[in-house]
Amino acid sequence: MTIVFALLIAAPALAQKAPLADTQLSDPAQEAQAKALMETIRCVECQGQAIADSNADIAGNMRSLIRERIKAGESPEQVRAWLIQRYGDYISYDPPLGGATWPLWAAPFVLLVIGIAIARSSFRRKR
Amino acid sequence: MRRVLLWLPLALFAALFGLVALGLFKPADRTVRSAMVDKPLPEFALPAMLPTKPGVARTSFGGGKPRLINVFASWCVPCIAEAPELMKLKAAGVPIDGVAINDTPEAIQKFLDRNGDPYERIGNDKASQVQIALGSSGVPETFLIDGRGRIVRQYVSNLQSDQVDDILKTWRGMR
Repeated sequence: MTIVFALLIAAPALAQKAPLADTQLSDPAQEAQAKALMETIRCVECQGQAIADSNADIAGNMRSLIRERIKAGESPEQVRAWLIQRYGDYISYDPPLGGATWPLWAAPFVLLVIGIAIARSSFRRKR
Repeated sequence: MRRVLLWLPLALFAALFGLVALGLFKPADRTVRSAMVDKPLPEFALPAMLPTKPGVARTSFGGGKPRLINVFASWCVPCIAEAPELMKLKAAGVPIDGVAINDTPEAIQKFLDRNGDPYERIGNDKASQVQIALGSSGVPETFLIDGRGRIVRQYVSNLQSDQVDDILKTWRGMR
């Protein structure tokens, strides 16, 4: 009974999915490119998940859009740039180096230099 | 100097505690806004959702006439709450085009019969292609397009009455 009920609820949702949301591309190389890109695109509905893992409708539709564009011959980075143009850097889990993101990229090196400085000064004190 | 340093960890802890408490009581705004605002409307053409109304295409915008695009769905509860606000805009003469996401003609017709029909055109955006092209992240969302076909404003979630006033003011100013 519960299963029948669950199917009744799920059926309309399944019927409306975009064509390539959960269907792999026939070319394995293109599918691999699309999959890799999907894992680095943020779901705008369930933020914190990648669209590859998300069950949200819009995530499925974005997967379909990515597969269609890759199939049509676009490179993954072109598709990423197209999405960033729509939603801003926020959509990508691979933030580009730019005005707002350079501290993010510089932080590890700055912290490393501070760490070395602290280590050096404490070793020197011991001697 | 020593005495000050002694209190430093506690002060740091208090600052961290304050930061966390602030995040707890005033959560950050997690709305994903479109990066397409202030940019020209992208090319698109959606087939008609209903036999009684035309579909929505890029070519219907511009030409000196500002219009609204309302991204909606019959299965979306906030869209029901928004319906009276859209009807107010329609009554004031603002032309509204609907972009229906993941929907069927029957469900849309039922939705319009029940909640009123503010739309001049309704496009069938089955796979969210146009929704994504607009940088919209959910339903409902409303975009104000100026007379040159540029996206001027984005309103995320169901329109509130102060936003309706804002739309009316901007729309009158653009005409």
